[in-house]
Amino acid sequence: MVLHSIGGFLVHKMRDPVLDNTAWLKTYYYYYCYFLCRFLICGSGDSVKVFSTSTEECVHVLEGHTDQVTGVALNPANHLQVYSCSADGTVRLWDFIDGILIKTFIFGYPILSLYVSEKHAGNFQLLALHLPKVPDQEVEAKDMFAVLCDISPNPGSTAFGQGGEYIASALGLRLNVYFFRKQKTYRFSLKATDKKGAKNAFTCVACHPKDDCIATGHEDGKIRLWRNFNQKKEYTYSTQHWHHNAVSSLCFTPEGMHLLSGGVESVLVQWHCEEVNKKDFLPRLGGAISHIAVSSDGQMYCTSHSDNKINIIHCSFKLSAVIQGLVKGNIWTDLVIDSRTKALVMNGRPGHLQFYSLQQDKQLYSLDIVQQEYIYEEGLDQFEVMKAVFDVRGNWLATVEERGRDSDLEFALKLWGFNESAQSLELNTTITAAHQDRITSMCFSPSTETTMLVTAAKDGQFKVWLLGTDSETQKEQASWSCDFVGSYHGLQPTNCCFSSDGSLLAVSFEEVVTVWSSDTWGLLTTLCQPPGPIRELCFGRLSCSKYLACLHLAVTCFLFDKLLEHVFVFRPSEPRPLFTQKAVCEGKVQRCVFAPRAEPLDSCDERFQWLNRSRLYYLTEKMELLSFSTQTEDERILKSRKQLLVDDSVAVTPFYLLLGKHRRQQEEEDKLNFMTNQVSERTQHPQASVAVKEHVLFFFFLLLKIIVLKIVLFSFIQYGTSLEEEWRDTQSKLLEV
Amino acid sequence: MGEFKVHRVRFFDYMPSAIRALAFQPQREKIAVARTSGSVEIFNCADRFFQEKIIPGREQAATEALAWVGDRLFSAGLNGVISEYDLENQKVKYTIDAFGGPMWTIASNQQGTHLAVGCEDGTVKLFEVCEGKIQFEKNLAKQKGRILSLSWHPSGSRIVAGMMDMIRVFNTETGQSVHRLLVERGIGASRSVECVVWGVVYLSDGTIISGDSSGKVKIWDDLTGTLIKSHQVTKWDVLALSVSQDETSVVAGTSEGTVVQFQFLSVVLGQEDKEWVQTRIFKNHTHDVRAVLELGTAVVSGGMDTQFVVRPLLDKIEERGPECVLRKIQFPHRSLVSCAKKAGLLLFQYPGHLELWRLGESDGHGASGSVLPVKRKPEKLLHLKIKGEEHICCSAVSPCGEWIAYSTVASFRLYRLHCDNNNVSITKVSKLPKVLSSANQICFSSDSSKLFAASTCSSVHVVSLSQTVHKFVCTLKPKSGSVQAVHLLAASEDGKWLASANSDREVQIYNLTKMKLHSTVPVYNSGVTAMAIHPTTNNLFMVHADQQVFEYSIEEKKYTDWSRQVQRNGLHYLWLARDTPVTNVTFNPKNPTHIILHDAYMFCIIDQTLPLPDSCSQFYNQLTLRSLPEKDRTKHSHAFKMCKTFKELMFVELMEDQSLVAVERPLVEIAAQLPAPVRQKKFAT
Repeated sequence: MVLHSIGGFLVHKMRDPVLDNTAWLKTYYYYYCYFLCRFLICGSGDSVKVFSTSTEECVHVLEGHTDQVTGVALNPANHLQVYSCSADGTVRLWDFIDGILIKTFIFGYPILSLYVSEKHAGNFQLLALHLPKVPDQEVEAKDMFAVLCDISPNPGSTAFGQGGEYIASALGLRLNVYFFRKQKTYRFSLKATDKKGAKNAFTCVACHPKDDCIATGHEDGKIRLWRNFNQKKEYTYSTQHWHHNAVSSLCFTPEGMHLLSGGVESVLVQWHCEEVNKKDFLPRLGGAISHIAVSSDGQMYCTSHSDNKINIIHCSFKLSAVIQGLVKGNIWTDLVIDSRTKALVMNGRPGHLQFYSLQQDKQLYSLDIVQQEYIYEEGLDQFEVMKAVFDVRGNWLATVEERGRDSDLEFALKLWGFNESAQSLELNTTITAAHQDRITSMCFSPSTETTMLVTAAKDGQFKVWLLGTDSETQKEQASWSCDFVGSYHGLQPTNCCFSSDGSLLAVSFEEVVTVWSSDTWGLLTTLCQPPGPIRELCFGRLSCSKYLACLHLAVTCFLFDKLLEHVFVFRPSEPRPLFTQKAVCEGKVQRCVFAPRAEPLDSCDERFQWLNRSRLYYLTEKMELLSFSTQTEDERILKSRKQLLVDDSVAVTPFYLLLGKHRRQQEEEDKLNFMTNQVSERTQHPQASVAVKEHVLFFFFLLLKIIVLKIVLFSFIQYGTSLEEEWRDTQSKLLEV
Repeated sequence: MGEFKVHRVRFFDYMPSAIRALAFQPQREKIAVARTSGSVEIFNCADRFFQEKIIPGREQAATEALAWVGDRLFSAGLNGVISEYDLENQKVKYTIDAFGGPMWTIASNQQGTHLAVGCEDGTVKLFEVCEGKIQFEKNLAKQKGRILSLSWHPSGSRIVAGMMDMIRVFNTETGQSVHRLLVERGIGASRSVECVVWGVVYLSDGTIISGDSSGKVKIWDDLTGTLIKSHQVTKWDVLALSVSQDETSVVAGTSEGTVVQFQFLSVVLGQEDKEWVQTRIFKNHTHDVRAVLELGTAVVSGGMDTQFVVRPLLDKIEERGPECVLRKIQFPHRSLVSCAKKAGLLLFQYPGHLELWRLGESDGHGASGSVLPVKRKPEKLLHLKIKGEEHICCSAVSPCGEWIAYSTVASFRLYRLHCDNNNVSITKVSKLPKVLSSANQICFSSDSSKLFAASTCSSVHVVSLSQTVHKFVCTLKPKSGSVQAVHLLAASEDGKWLASANSDREVQIYNLTKMKLHSTVPVYNSGVTAMAIHPTTNNLFMVHADQQVFEYSIEEKKYTDWSRQVQRNGLHYLWLARDTPVTNVTFNPKNPTHIILHDAYMFCIIDQTLPLPDSCSQFYNQLTLRSLPEKDRTKHSHAFKMCKTFKELMFVELMEDQSLVAVERPLVEIAAQLPAPVRQKKFAT
């Protein structure tokens, strides 16, 4: 089986965790782009991806690096080749048209960035910078020498100058310019602050391609243009100021006519080098601009953003294409599956919900919930979507947006209905003061007869909202109104849940679970579950619907130990984990969700049967969306990718196709062989975990319950009738214990 | 340091006038500054930009431009006359009508042989500079539209003139126009408005640089008459241009209050072909920058906000020193306030009138720093308007408060003040001795019996005053034969001594009983900014523009031991780094070892009994001392006790009743009286 990480632009392949537990790969959302007019090449995670600038499709994935790709650069000698460097200490040369690895250079130190100079032709110059010792190395083929010490790890803060004569690098408050011919370094320092409180630290550097002019970006948003920097004293610079926050990236166009700059404001600014006061703006590009690149002919610009997005901009300053990955940002909502589109729904751009297709691994669309202009300013409190819930059929979406702290909390409950004709969600009702205090939980009734929403809030009440035509206003469109307000001894409700037929509503009030009839809204019974407040609440499904699960009566739950980062998969019938996986990622697992598969999988391996009907996706601290998948599935993905490769190849000749097919077949054969080897190895694995006694495991489970701070996930999807029977057994077993 | 009752005087509404033109004299490193009031000031760049001379203005002078020819200073104005200044006696030497209507500009060639003026009627007139006069030579080909700016080619064979919508290049030999360079107008609404070329600069390689009202600095080639490059510097006007001596840097002053620097740099390092590149922007003004100067080591600018700003270019200065500080000169470097110590009166000198105020009284006692209740409010006794067009150049009130004297360039007047209860009346003293036609500085003896008036050639006239007869006693003259005017006078308390300081930096001490020169203080290479004679010891205390202090014993004709100790030890670097000169020295009769002095931002008491601060001690230590226990204070205290409680100080004096008068003129109040600056879009507005 293979672990997949999603949220790059394509499903990200990872090695089998069973075989190799040490090297877990990460998907970074940082893109160092380089591009030609027709192709955009960017590093994503441990692979280099080639996109078509016109169709936004990923054409190739160049795989081979074993760690984060930190930089890509076009080979100046051959524009059909690209260099990539990685933290694994290698530099690889690729033919990106065919997707072939040509050469690998091994350096042995983690490489943080790569710069290529045209004039030092023949063998490329490389500046390898690594943090622990901070020397800076220049490599010609295999021997390297340090050019500059004290280099910022940020790749944007070093740049080759005009014709490769010199290299400019900034760190902190100092700009170093090293001239290769004279082998001399000039250092220019700025004061940390001046009287007006400007923050002068350098953030990025760019060199003019024709003139000897260095542009530097600064923390306070200033851009300085340095000249005469081969003099110790008589150097000079001019200052331009537009950005109100740190300049994160600078880039000159190939002819040196324009300078592009970007920052957290998400506005691309084009400065005219001839007329310094003239500038053009392209606002509202997305998240903070992290990198700017210009195509070698100057026809296209591209900006990569902190929210995992790449904009391709024509030189006339018009947006021509957008490549959007999984939006990176704070996630407050649970991971929700939209049953209509089968898309994963979660927080996207500020104030938006993103619909991310797991099958196609790309963003379908972004729904503007807050419907307010987002202002990029630090510390500004703005509305954010905190909760999102879909009903069973995907016809209704309820969202809660919040702003402010406890004292001045503002929030609104919004209900979105699916418009069949427009095939999109439309805002139906906005309830600005649904409760006195923060909404803690909400759920839709699964019943088919009525469309009902229950919200529980910290003000000690839970409210039932019904869809119906308002008799007074006689509006044609149905809207939502409050039907019932319930409370229990003034306690704060924490969770609410409907039974699968919608007849019963369970609301937990701290330690007490109350069960209400949805017809009469009478309190049927109360269940007390000491000790400690109830964190999660869920009704059983189908045949086990008579059971109500709360916290430790987990059905199929995944415990993510917040400290150890292990994944446990349980089956309702068994108290011991069905599947455990240690150290699935760095950092803590934030949220996870089961997503149904489009077509069920037939896996013979018993251990991975739970993956047959659905897949588990989990989100880590670093906003990486990871998933488990089996080997066979991986093969399929690989195949589809090859297909894509052929489809999008530039020059498809019959000869090429023949060759390509042949190569693929060979690769597949290799793969098969490899797999069989794996299987044989696996069978020899001793199954140690089974030997442990059952009750010991159960205690372990209880112990876990205490240790684990939060059970992240509780949404579950049925796996088949056989499971339910087992589930019943487990209940009785558990009660016995 | 002692406790004083302080009169914080803020009713002196001193309002400096805007700077209109600047001119630099490279040999003597002097800058002439013309203000809109018509006054011309001379600053010495070598002496910490000390304001050496002030030539008072006059009504409707409207000086527009200045030009140096060697040591001679000429100005042209909208009144249509060219004036030459008598810098020794600080007045206009002569004026000559150019007969071309109002004049906008004047420029001299590098050879120093000719002056060119640009007139309203579109003519450029050439004047030959002769000994003691200038002689009209010829008109260059007359053009339509006024001539606003002129610049000579360093060879003197060509001259470039900035006009409306165009620039013309003239051959000075033939007087014919060689080139006509059209300047495009601004875009938008300003398209219908003529583009005014406010400044031109002609470089020796034939490059012409112009600044115009569309906000562009343009670089032209005079061989072909074509535009090489245009820099949009501002949305408003570029008002002034100046080039450095080595022609590698040009600065432009704009209406936004910025000064933009252009440098002649090689675009590709190490190669010969250079280009004019916009580099730094200095923003030290709030209003129009009407005049700029690029001195090579500093950029000097002045404009509507009345400040004279010196911005050093640190990359051109070899070693760091007191020259490396940004200077903003707001106030004149001499006192405009005189004080009748005994009567409690203050005399304020405005350009066109004098004001006499009686200080308020208070009998309250309060804690340090508290505001005392006022028993009697300060009262304006007198508003004395002067006759004639000339502005006042000096004024004084006698210590007893009975006499007021002022002088303009043309006349000297003495008034007697009658003050009985609330009735104030003055009578003009009619029969004055003939020698008192005008004075550069006026001073009264401490018993108000004598009047000292500094006159031409460093002479001082002494006139004895009495109720009825005013008798000319004698004229005191230095032996050096200096022709410079005296700018400071100090009389001793016992009436025996008089000290005078002139622009040649000579300090003479006269014996008033014998009425002859007593001694001359050794000449120091920096101008005297303030001096006073100690009331008990009769030591002359002097402060120079470079912040050095000297104490000279008059009786022994030598520097005192304390003064020599100061010179040996050296002053603290923070004291030497102060950027405004000390403008007044006074003493505390109760505490003879204390000397009180002040500059624009602080007043200071020097305690001669305490040790001098060395370079490692904390200089501004008043707050630290206050936090220390009583016993430790003496160990940490040093001779200089600074007080920065007061805002921009114009005058500090200790009155007879031990109360201190501090005349403040906060800059915000000056700024509030200025016209509104040009509108600029600010971020987030």
